[in-house]
Amino acid sequence: MAPHLLTAGLGLKPQHYGEALHCSAPGLWWEVHPENYLADGGPRLAWLEAIRARHPVALHGVSLSLAADAPPDAAHLARLAALAKRVEPAIVSEHLAWSTWRGQYLPDLLPFPRTHAALRRIADNIARTQDVLQRPIAIENPTHYLHIDGHDWAETEFLAALVQRTGCALLLDVNNVHVSAHNLGFCAQTYLDAFPLHAVAEIHLAGHHADPVHGDALLIDSHDAPVAPAVWALYEQVIARTGPVPTLIERDEHLPAFGELMAERDQAHRALSAARTAQPEEAACS
Amino acid sequence: MQLSTFQDGFSAALRGQAVHAPWLSALEAQPGFAVYRNTVLKGCIDALQASYPTVCQLVGTDWFRAAAAVYARVQPPRDGLLMDYGDGFAHFLDQFAPAADLPYLSAVARLDRCWTECHLAADATAVGRDWLAQQAPHTLPQVPLRPHPAARWAWCDAHPAYALWQHHRAGLALPDALDWSGDGSLLTRPNAEVTWRPLPRAGAAFLDACAQGLPLEAAATRALETEPGTDFAALMGSLLDAGALTLTDSRAG
Repeated sequence: MAPHLLTAGLGLKPQHYGEALHCSAPGLWWEVHPENYLADGGPRLAWLEAIRARHPVALHGVSLSLAADAPPDAAHLARLAALAKRVEPAIVSEHLAWSTWRGQYLPDLLPFPRTHAALRRIADNIARTQDVLQRPIAIENPTHYLHIDGHDWAETEFLAALVQRTGCALLLDVNNVHVSAHNLGFCAQTYLDAFPLHAVAEIHLAGHHADPVHGDALLIDSHDAPVAPAVWALYEQVIARTGPVPTLIERDEHLPAFGELMAERDQAHRALSAARTAQPEEAACS
Repeated sequence: MQLSTFQDGFSAALRGQAVHAPWLSALEAQPGFAVYRNTVLKGCIDALQASYPTVCQLVGTDWFRAAAAVYARVQPPRDGLLMDYGDGFAHFLDQFAPAADLPYLSAVARLDRCWTECHLAADATAVGRDWLAQQAPHTLPQVPLRPHPAARWAWCDAHPAYALWQHHRAGLALPDALDWSGDGSLLTRPNAEVTWRPLPRAGAAFLDACAQGLPLEAAATRALETEPGTDFAALMGSLLDAGALTLTDSRAG
């Protein structure tokens, strides 16, 4: 199925495999972290293939460590390529972040100074990944918690430069923008005005919460709650400009019942349908 | 600053190592630094808790997560495949002083690890009783049977590790009169899902021999030497029913 037919999707959770398999909502698709399926065989792969036989699937990597000052691990890339060949994902995405360094994996999406040298290294890592996968990937804007000195580039310009140099697409995580803007004290609206929206192939929405120690001064991108109203508002402004873009509701903790997640997913589906109606040329394509 | 310099300093600081650099101190002084430090540690601990549920049941969540935090500092993950993280956890528990009062804990941890390895292993076609029935008697002794890629087995001399493990896995109360002697177990994946059953010492010896490449007759001899009086036909039937055996060329890919 071509990506332009996807509307709103959900992260696939093992608890919901059965319901996910049989759900037939129009435009529905499922996203998985490939790391959870890079097994040699067994039930995980069998389940993913069963889902894939009925629904479009996207692979959203968390450990390729594209912003590390080292090439991505060749063995990991080869396994990712084999998985992509097996499930033929609608979209493959990764983060503008690093997580593996000198043979050790740090399970988070870590920040870095956006220098000219970092741009060259990351562009090279993205190009290498795209060569192995033989397809463009989408790069996600990360969540920020720290003021880091030494940036040569604004993040939106950095992402635009990666698009220009590598032909990659972008994954715009609207919750990450909201949380980062709050934590670092910039304007989310201004950031989105500067974002290279023409390259956005996917949008992420998720919930966040206030830090248990620092309260509202520090928001955490926790994926453990419904999408906040402020994030929905930013999202609707974005898709009013971009038209419909495949949109994922991310939920990783405090997982509610399947129906509750689908209700939130349907809200995004309706927003995308409205955006399509508002753009008659898009409607003609679908 | 070079990207590699930043990553050397940042990763060391995340691990709690003292690195004296003004730029790093400026980051560590911000409330947001703890978000990364907590997320990294939580990611490791959550992965271990998911992979060692029976150990966690035996010791309780608080004890488990404290032990897992120590392990994560000593043996951090090597890659992003966290579902496979923690292969050294049973050995770690053997050496972990606070676990000294629970000498069976590492044997139970080995069975949790067996479950994970069985769950993630490659697919292959297992041979069954029908295959055995079709073999010519004169060729059978030299048949190169191998353990199925997903088969995992363990024999514990000192503790009823399997009895402890399987009662907790099944959510059953332990019998009042648990026979505190060694036992063995076999985990296989005959119908896509991980299953388990008790395994006699002879069965573990037989599978060890098959894994070393011995043909059927030589592997059977090992089993009978280990536990004389074994009903080998019954053992073989049990292994075939479990889907524990395959032929060397039967990988399904």
